[in-house]
Amino acid sequence: MTTVLISIVLLILSGLAAFTAGRSYKVATLLGAGGAFLACISAMPPVLRILLGGASKPLHLPWDVPYGSFSVAIDPLSAAFLVPILVLSALCALYGAQYLESYSAGKSTGAHWFFFNLLVASMIMVTIARNGVLFLIAWEVMSISPLFLILFEDEKPEVRSAGWTYLVAAHLGAVFILVFFLMLGRNSQSLDFDLLMAQGKGLPLGGGVLFLFAVIGFGAKAGFIPFHVWLPEAHPAAPSHVSALMSGIMIKMGIYGILRSLTLLGRPDPLWGYAMIGIGLSSGILGVIYALAQHDLKRLLAYHSVENIGIIALGIGVGLMGEASGLPVLAALGFGGAIFHVLNHAIFKGLLFLGAGSVLHGAKTAKIDRLGGLLKSMPVTGACFLIGAAAISGLPPLNGFASEFLIYYGAIGASLKGSAAFATPLILTAAGLALIGGLATACFTKAFGVVFLGEPRHEETAHESGILMRIPMLALAGLCAIIGITSPLILNILGPAVRVILSSQGQMAASGLMPATRPLLMISLASTGLIFLTIALVLIRKAILRGRTVTSAPTWGCGYARPTARMQYTASSFAQPLTGLFRPFLRTAETVRMPKDIFPTNAFFESHTNDAFKELIFEPAFLGIARLFSRLKWLQHGRVQLYVLYIAITLMAILFWKLRG
Amino acid sequence: MANLADMIMILLILTNFALLGSSLLGMCINIAAFQGIIIGVLPFVTGQDPVSIETAVMAAGAMALKGVVFPWLMFRAIRETNVKREVEPFVGYSTSLMLGVVGLVASMWLAGRLCLPLAGKTITNTSLIMPVSFFTMLAGLFLIVARKKAITQVLGYLVMENGIYIFGASIVMERPWLVELGVLLDVFVAVFTMGIVIFYINREFDSIDASRLAHLRDWRRAKNASAPGI
Repeated sequence: MTTVLISIVLLILSGLAAFTAGRSYKVATLLGAGGAFLACISAMPPVLRILLGGASKPLHLPWDVPYGSFSVAIDPLSAAFLVPILVLSALCALYGAQYLESYSAGKSTGAHWFFFNLLVASMIMVTIARNGVLFLIAWEVMSISPLFLILFEDEKPEVRSAGWTYLVAAHLGAVFILVFFLMLGRNSQSLDFDLLMAQGKGLPLGGGVLFLFAVIGFGAKAGFIPFHVWLPEAHPAAPSHVSALMSGIMIKMGIYGILRSLTLLGRPDPLWGYAMIGIGLSSGILGVIYALAQHDLKRLLAYHSVENIGIIALGIGVGLMGEASGLPVLAALGFGGAIFHVLNHAIFKGLLFLGAGSVLHGAKTAKIDRLGGLLKSMPVTGACFLIGAAAISGLPPLNGFASEFLIYYGAIGASLKGSAAFATPLILTAAGLALIGGLATACFTKAFGVVFLGEPRHEETAHESGILMRIPMLALAGLCAIIGITSPLILNILGPAVRVILSSQGQMAASGLMPATRPLLMISLASTGLIFLTIALVLIRKAILRGRTVTSAPTWGCGYARPTARMQYTASSFAQPLTGLFRPFLRTAETVRMPKDIFPTNAFFESHTNDAFKELIFEPAFLGIARLFSRLKWLQHGRVQLYVLYIAITLMAILFWKLRG
Repeated sequence: MANLADMIMILLILTNFALLGSSLLGMCINIAAFQGIIIGVLPFVTGQDPVSIETAVMAAGAMALKGVVFPWLMFRAIRETNVKREVEPFVGYSTSLMLGVVGLVASMWLAGRLCLPLAGKTITNTSLIMPVSFFTMLAGLFLIVARKKAITQVLGYLVMENGIYIFGASIVMERPWLVELGVLLDVFVAVFTMGIVIFYINREFDSIDASRLAHLRDWRRAKNASAPGI
């Protein structure tokens, strides 16, 4: 406990030190990124100890804020979220130290590191806070600090607009969370979680309304559709290590919030499970479909975050259904899969965003259709991106498969037994997961194929990134493989975290994950065999080719006399068969001039996919609000005297009203 | 002493009316300075207990600031900005006086309704202190709202602060001197900044007419936006 608190202090102090160093790039980076790295590494051992079954003493200090107290504790659920926070933050700090160098001209890097460290510190605080007020304060800091990270390149108008979108989304979510805690603590002396948990058994309203508020509030952070609109704006705008951190772990704080509020709300209603499965299916499927239609690598990854949040929501939904109907195995598999996927997504999405950043850094653009053949000039980035892409598509032996497998296993196993009303959502979950996995594979085939394979599409030559950027990518790629292969062992670590959520189900919950061990073990063994087989084949190939001359020809040469890079598949042409299928959802706008005559000239094709939720829901709504309030602008006439009069009248009216009759 | 305290209260009411009715800027500043001085005397005449040394020092400091330093600052501002010596009201003087009477009645009513925790012991020996404090605040507020020049707004602010001071004097005699010091510092900074602001407003607009600040507002009707000079 103490170590973690010390590392929070270290984060803030090093951030402040970097802030004072200001515009000196080297000093600020050394202080800021170095401090973040050290703090994250030093907090790691106690967190791992708790995850492996150790205990920590909670800290409870009184605080004179109403309903507040400084209570912090680390239970296995906190630890399960702290591990990805610490790992990813340390690696992103390392990566950012080099990444920012080419963007930092005339900018205050110190301020950037200050907010970076503040974000990491506040995320740690959110996971260990055990009091509503403390939680809300940490949450607010965590919501505000990314804004300044997103706005790093604030001279670009699209970055500024992304910042606005983020700010509005973050605050709308925070409002719901605030109301959630206020309603929860109505009859309580304090917002300490222990106290709230004790009263959770007999909530007056039934937890339904509270659950709804939690899902909307935390869901806005997590990026459930339709609250996802800030993700595809903010992630491309932010520097890549920040996107990795935000997408990898900050949005998971929304998931943490939902899981933590479930511990406060008592026994769930089966309807909650249906709701979460519905949210999960829509976010997962729509997220991946939108991703398919994107032309910008980072925007594509942002939509994949929505998709993966959907998968996690499916896990939570399955878990809730299990808990509501008293099936501890189903509940444990659902929640376990969700928590496991949080960890996995943090790792592979972090990896993919860092890879995208490396592409952006090396090739100066993230527009997929302007890239190509990068595997030759950026071999390390390409290999790492490939591993991340395979992991996010849920392919064994990598980690993405293991967590999705838990959810599959629970859903399919339980759907064979129950009634139709019970089995339908579970079958839909399994089917949805399969659809999401397939589309994700297609999408990453497109992304990897178009960006890294083939021939470069424009003249500028790309270069591989520096060593500080490659190490985090290699580390994360390694983790993808290691977690994938050792997944049966990791189930043991997940058990205690699941038990925190399923406290009402008693001892059964702890062993709920055990049935999945055996199949996972088989899969791991088969995967290991596959890996050895691949290595053997590579060696054999090498042996056979030794002593022969090997020539290489341009990709897509195909015997043409004059091949050009423009003959390759583009991102949109590769995805067209699938995006065509989902046209009603995507509403892709296309501008086409078809080639005519025998020697066609001037043919072109352009497509653009806007977010339907943004265009059809949020933009009209906010425009309407703006129009409504612009009617009140006559109040703002600029006369100081009248402004004072407003205040005076208001105060007097309140005073007289208070003292009336 | 009771008569003396009541007399001071009456005097305060009269100064407030004088402020509302006076058309001369210099006169107004002098009245406000006078008000500041007699308020400084308050702790010595209203309390039942003998005054402690800290309170005495604080009162002396307040008197020095309100009676000497602030008026001097404001006279300097008038001199340097070279403005007309008239108050320039939005609301005429006789109307202002009428409204002052209404404000006095309202203050009386308010003070009667307000239940203040006096801890069972009357610490002041005049019943007028609460209405007078409200009335002074209202008068200050009125000066801010109903007068055109930026300098009258500083003046109004000072008068309002006087009202708050009286209110404080009516509730607790022995205030922690740190709080008192904080309030004084606050007022000092406010007057100082306003002085600078007035100077710049004057330089920019050739006038310290605060209503011209409306030109700085960030929103205008579209048809006005293109009009020159606005």
